[in-house]
Amino acid sequence: MASPQNPPTFQELVLRLQTFWAEHGCVLQQPYDVEVGAGTMAPETFLRVLGPKPYLVGYVQPSRRPADGRYGENPNRLFKHLQYQVILKPPPENVQQLYLDSLTAIGIDLRKHDIKFEEDNWESPTLGAWGIGWQVMLDGLEITQFTYFQQCGGIDLDPISAELTYGLERIAAFLQDVDSIYDITWVVGPDGRAVKYGEIRLQDELQFSVYNFERADVEKAWEHLRLYEAECQGLLDEYAELRRDSAKDDGAKNDGDEARKAKSEERLQRHRFPVLSAFDLCLKCSHLFNILDARGAISVTERVGVIARIRNLAVGVARAYVDQQKSEQEAASAVAEDTPPPKAEQLAASR
Amino acid sequence: MPDFLLEIGTEEIPARMMDGAREELACRVGDLLRRENLAATPDVRAYSTPRRLAVLASGVSASQPDVQEKITGPSLKVAYKDGAPTPAADAFARKAGVPVTALEKVTTPKGEYLAATVQKKGRPASEILAEFLPKEIAGIYWAKSMYWRGKSAERFARPVRWLVTLLDGAVVPLEFAGIRAGHKTEGHRILAPQAMLVSRPSDYAETLAGGSVVVSAAEREQRIRKALDAATRTIPGARWREDKSLLDTVVNLTEFPSVVLGSFESEFLSLPDEVLVTVMRDHQKYFALEDAGGKLLPHFLAVLNTASDPDGLIRHGNERVLRARFNDARFFWQTDQKIPLRQRVDMLKAVTFQKDLGSYYDKTMRVQKLGSLLSEAIRSAGGAIRPGIVFKAALLAKTDLTTELVKEFTELQGIVGGLYAKAQQLDPLLPGSTAEAIGDAIYDQYKPESMEDSVSRTAEAAVLAIADKADSIAGMFALGLQPTGSKDPFALRRAANGIVKTIAEHKLPLPVSKLFSDARAEYVGSEAEARFSKDLKFDEAIAGFMRERLEFYLRDVRGFAYDGVNAVLAAGADDVVDAIARAEAVSEVRGSEDFASISVAFKRIKNILRQANETKKTIAAQLDAGSLTEDSEKQLAALMPGIAARVRGWREQGNYGQALVEISRLRKPVDLFFDKVMVMVDDERVRANRLALLQQLLNEFSTIADFSEIVTESKVS
Repeated sequence: MASPQNPPTFQELVLRLQTFWAEHGCVLQQPYDVEVGAGTMAPETFLRVLGPKPYLVGYVQPSRRPADGRYGENPNRLFKHLQYQVILKPPPENVQQLYLDSLTAIGIDLRKHDIKFEEDNWESPTLGAWGIGWQVMLDGLEITQFTYFQQCGGIDLDPISAELTYGLERIAAFLQDVDSIYDITWVVGPDGRAVKYGEIRLQDELQFSVYNFERADVEKAWEHLRLYEAECQGLLDEYAELRRDSAKDDGAKNDGDEARKAKSEERLQRHRFPVLSAFDLCLKCSHLFNILDARGAISVTERVGVIARIRNLAVGVARAYVDQQKSEQEAASAVAEDTPPPKAEQLAASR
Repeated sequence: MPDFLLEIGTEEIPARMMDGAREELACRVGDLLRRENLAATPDVRAYSTPRRLAVLASGVSASQPDVQEKITGPSLKVAYKDGAPTPAADAFARKAGVPVTALEKVTTPKGEYLAATVQKKGRPASEILAEFLPKEIAGIYWAKSMYWRGKSAERFARPVRWLVTLLDGAVVPLEFAGIRAGHKTEGHRILAPQAMLVSRPSDYAETLAGGSVVVSAAEREQRIRKALDAATRTIPGARWREDKSLLDTVVNLTEFPSVVLGSFESEFLSLPDEVLVTVMRDHQKYFALEDAGGKLLPHFLAVLNTASDPDGLIRHGNERVLRARFNDARFFWQTDQKIPLRQRVDMLKAVTFQKDLGSYYDKTMRVQKLGSLLSEAIRSAGGAIRPGIVFKAALLAKTDLTTELVKEFTELQGIVGGLYAKAQQLDPLLPGSTAEAIGDAIYDQYKPESMEDSVSRTAEAAVLAIADKADSIAGMFALGLQPTGSKDPFALRRAANGIVKTIAEHKLPLPVSKLFSDARAEYVGSEAEARFSKDLKFDEAIAGFMRERLEFYLRDVRGFAYDGVNAVLAAGADDVVDAIARAEAVSEVRGSEDFASISVAFKRIKNILRQANETKKTIAAQLDAGSLTEDSEKQLAALMPGIAARVRGWREQGNYGQALVEISRLRKPVDLFFDKVMVMVDDERVRANRLALLQQLLNEFSTIADFSEIVTESKVS
């Protein structure tokens, strides 16, 4: 009834959003394949919003929140829901209109509905990130979180990015006018039979609820958390060391061939340093924390501390990433000046 | 005289910030016009919708008036040498744009100077406005603002997208946030998506009406009220629940409001009203409908930002959302019953109260003991309080923090606990009335949440609320986290205001110092205590803080005059109920002539005693009546014991009014004393004795109020 004629199936909804944002110049990314609690945590958002480089991207992101699991019994709540995430860096002036056009593209006739932008500011203490924005309400239903990112990983953003996070299940349930997420038609098969969301996801919800609430091995989860954290921190410490060294050399202002060679060697070291892998390790920690939390295994005294530990990792990764980007740019301009550039070959080889 | 229009077009500004920003912008524009002599009393109208702030000013001058101005130059000594103008005088004349011969002489306190009268040509209004408006726009206060064009650019509540600045038909050329002002405005996003031109300021509201925008907030409110009434009339006997703050919100969420009536299954009415109304009002911004008896009806009213809902799609969508929300609430309610509150106490060990003060379990243990202690103290002081209630309620008070319903609707904490306590059989041996009382105490434990909010309904709930708040304040102060200046991140002032208001309205015999030393004592030996600040003077800090809160209550909430409050609190601020009684008595008698005179006399007495102390004059330890010489001092000394005894008698009965009447009988003898007697005489023995008389007078009669604090018309100090 929300959209009387042929509402889109779940996957048509995704396809229409993909098509719409592709037509507006977005990179279409695939879902990130490490567990995250929200599309914001995927590197395509968390890392890409840092630094000066413009970027437009759209992707579906499965978001896992162990504590939100309901064994598939609640019609509105999921352990793993799907977000469609769009980052516009920097946001165009008509960003709100673009967003409204995307609603039209998925089959919502705005003239027949009530749409409001209501204040809702987003914040993630674990990521050292926050932004200003709205929850977009369609006939009283929150369908999108619209945020102008202000800070990420503790770093002030410049330029600002606009983040659009569409709640896909909610929008699909609205368009198809069903009361339970599990009744959403995912696709209509060749025989004309509707394949429901529940057929594809219900077992997933049940089993992961069982695992997250009852079965996850608390001891081992703690151990995994410690291991991932230690490895992530180890990498970050190493990178910090690299930075310190290069700062020292910059201070020396030695222009000799020897020094230039050392400098390019250093640049190479920084360039190939696995900051991105450190971020994966940080995401692992965050997911393990969520499992332990759902399992009721985090005591008062530990809780604040663990959140702070993960934030430290996230902030450390953000800093290293920004530094690495900066050094890439410097390298690129150095390469442009120096011809022929042996460094360029090295850079290419290391890719 | 031209009209002036400023419209700032934005993305949707938060509803809560809109009214303040609209009025502030109007003030800023009005002030600017006055300051720059562009209008003496400009007629300024303020408009706003979520997407715009606007000001329309009529009666603006096209330009500033020309003015004559006198400017001062060099001193005469420098300007003339031997009667002839020096280069300094020439330079000044050039600067002023007048011939040297037109220069005048002025006399100032610093000597004689050269001056010139210059004609200052008024600048065009357009130029002035273009120069100053960007600063006024940038100066608007926002509770929270943002960047959108990068860190070096401007901040605003939300991005600014267009500007209209018209002086009659002409654009005032200015730029803000990288946007050039013009004629162009926007209509309603959906109903009139094309840009529109405003040709003249006076057409503004009409132009926007053509774009489906009701630009006056007051008019939108009227429309919404009418639409709510009309929709309600379709349900016989129904009325919508008046809710001004919700109304203000929806007024500021809409540009073109209308209302739809929706319904929900009446089976949901079995959920408590509190839950239903919270979902409707706080989460969905719907108005609730009730019958003549105030009972909720299975309907709601949603305010839309569009003209109508011809196909019923909007109503259907809103009903669907509400049904899902109510289903959730019912699911949570049922799930929560599986673990009764009694079994949730241990679960509080996993809920942080404050990182250094431990868990809510720790808090529960402390508040339970503190509450029982207070409860007993109040009972033994004659207060009506049922035994055991606070103890039992405090144990369960925070357990609702572990329930699904409170996790979902955090604003219902306490209320949910109270409802659950009543719904669950807490203990088969408890009489029903006790279970009810426990439920009420838990329900009201956070009251009052502001000075406008009512206090807890029962004495037991009041004691629980006080113990809970005192525990937080004591813990935070001990950690050294007391509020400073405008910073009060833990809302301790609000908590303390709540304590004062609760003690006052329940008239509890509960000295503040005792309350906080008991609260502090509950932390003794705890892990938290190890983190307490070592160099803090706890008692002093708390006493000062609570005195301020009591002063705030007496002055701002009860409306007593500040000097009367100072006088009363100078005589003691530990007993809130007593301080209020004294303040009432003082405020009643303070207008009388006798009392004014006594206040003057007490000031004089204080001054004399202060001087005596400063000049190290001896004050006799004991008044020796036999050594008094003058009649008037003998008479005063003779009258004092009788009056003092009667004052004490009235005070003990709590009748401060009569006590003050009694004190005012001192007026004549005191006035006579000061007329006839010189205190600071040379004879040391006589002087010391007279000073002792005054000291005794001051000590004896300053226990209700320090009268020297009262400001009288003939204030002498």
